[in-house]
Amino acid sequence: MKRSAKRAAIQAAVLLAVGAAAWFLVSNTLSNLEARRIASGFSFLQREAGFAIGESPIPYSAADSYLKALVVGLANTFRVSAFGIVLATLIGFAVGLGRLSPNALLRGLCAAYVELFRNTPLLVQLFFWYALITETLPPAREALQPLPGVFLSNRGIFFPLPGSVPVLQGFNFSGGAHLSPEFAALLAGLSIYTASFIAEIVRAGVLSIRRGQREAAQALGLTPAMTTRHVVLPQALRVIVPPLTGTYLDLTKNSSLAVAIGYPDLVSIANTAINQTGQAIEGIAVIMAVYLTISLSISALMNWYNARVLRR
Amino acid sequence: MRAIVAVIVLLACGTAAAQSTAQAVRSKGYVQCGVNTGLAGFSQPDSKGVWRGIDVDVCRAVAAAVLGDASKVRYTPLTAQQRFTALQSGEVDILSRNTTWTLSRDTGLGINFVGTNYYDGQAFMARRKLNVTSAKQLDGATVCVQPGTTTELNLADYFRANGMSFRPVVIEKLEEVLNAYFAGRCDVYTTDQSGLVAVRASRAPNPEEHVILPEVISKEPLGPAVRHGDDQWFDIVKWSLFAMIEAEELGLTSKNVEKQGSSKNPSIQRFVGATGELGKMLGLDNRWALEIVKQVGNYGESFDANLKPLGFERGLNRLWTQGGLLYAPPLR
Repeated sequence: MKRSAKRAAIQAAVLLAVGAAAWFLVSNTLSNLEARRIASGFSFLQREAGFAIGESPIPYSAADSYLKALVVGLANTFRVSAFGIVLATLIGFAVGLGRLSPNALLRGLCAAYVELFRNTPLLVQLFFWYALITETLPPAREALQPLPGVFLSNRGIFFPLPGSVPVLQGFNFSGGAHLSPEFAALLAGLSIYTASFIAEIVRAGVLSIRRGQREAAQALGLTPAMTTRHVVLPQALRVIVPPLTGTYLDLTKNSSLAVAIGYPDLVSIANTAINQTGQAIEGIAVIMAVYLTISLSISALMNWYNARVLRR
Repeated sequence: MRAIVAVIVLLACGTAAAQSTAQAVRSKGYVQCGVNTGLAGFSQPDSKGVWRGIDVDVCRAVAAAVLGDASKVRYTPLTAQQRFTALQSGEVDILSRNTTWTLSRDTGLGINFVGTNYYDGQAFMARRKLNVTSAKQLDGATVCVQPGTTTELNLADYFRANGMSFRPVVIEKLEEVLNAYFAGRCDVYTTDQSGLVAVRASRAPNPEEHVILPEVISKEPLGPAVRHGDDQWFDIVKWSLFAMIEAEELGLTSKNVEKQGSSKNPSIQRFVGATGELGKMLGLDNRWALEIVKQVGNYGESFDANLKPLGFERGLNRLWTQGGLLYAPPLR
């Protein structure tokens, strides 16, 4: 009884100290802002942003508010993260399984892939993909046409949609669908880099399955592909899913490196808003809150999936 | 990421900012000056690593006025995005980084602009082979631009006002945004006219391949700024700039200013501190203005040394007596 009272007292004291420190930081910041006459608060979100954004999945113009601009940034972050996660998972599983292939050439290639992309900084890879696209592809007016209606230039890839074909008009193509060099470089960089980690996770997961399982499947007459699909992978997923969650979170957070190559993600747009309004604390609070929400959502989703995998 | 550092500084630093900036500068013995990461003619290190440019000269003038030695300046290179937080958080004493004076910056950011040391305007640079002769022909163009600048806002305004569309490519680092333009990712690059002239002269692989379009789409008065709330420092920086302009008007140069003690012109006598107490009124030595001109030179000398070799015209930046906009209030 006495001991638990003591414990409670210590916990209360720590809580009080943390609360006091937080109170000091907040009140000190507010008084410093006041003393320097720096605007504070979130009212700037309603003001007109006044800057244009290169690509947006939702309609946006410079006359819209900062809030709308941030939503566009968020949507762009979602877009590249979602495609990135799907692509990285596909490449990662393929390479991870490839490293276990009986074919020595395939094994070697996959090992080289993992070592090359896992051991170079992501930022450098992004600059590499971006330079590759903008420096080696021809200008829009001399675009390559690998397939009818598909145009490849340093303005990105234009491809036809039903009822809308890209046409060269003035400076650029219009119509059809468009992948910008910034999006393409970021997507390539993120998925190829993250896939190298996923490949190792997949390999570890598969290796954790006892040999007997595979041999039993073969004895039942299953082909190697069917063995992998129906026997090995379902069991390996129990080992694979928890660390996979971590790489998905990394990919989403790494998408903020978009700033370096000019893809208008959340961080890039929040930075611009900070600079136009001078409200760095609010801007960074928004960035942190959004990434925290995204990361917790991905974690929750993957935990749910993991629980399902375990139950099988 | 400097923004984050600045936030931490704001979170952590006490309210013990009672010491004035001038006192702090005297006790540490140098002026901390926020400059551009590298813009030829404005602020850029030369081949020996010495910072040169008209923005650099403003900081050197303040060091000459306050410390009597123009070389006592330390430089903090800042990107467009870092500059205001660096000034707000006290990381630099002066922000002299080709920064446009606007109402919202003057009021909302907790800073004060002291004046204008270069009257500029925004323009476009395009590849010659695109055969564009006017900014009005840029409908549908892809435009490279740096974020967090008035440039980005003027660009959107201009295309909106003229009913044209464009696609921005927004990259923070100057090197990267220029790489994108020179690689052909964008049709045009936009920034202040002065920046275009400097970039074309110093960064373009082939300067003749690029044309600067004639339209000037905005007013960009570039000037140094200081923090809100220290009026003495505000006065010192403001009058250091005016002293350089006034010196040109009075015909005082780094070569002749020392011999002016016996001048019959009372304005010159006051300027060099032979009569009057202008220095004391600012809280400085009475030779403050003389030291500025002796060590840094007058505005015209600074312009000729830094901008003329790059092909800049004086244009709007002539003295008011010669049809320009430079005008210093009376030093009396």
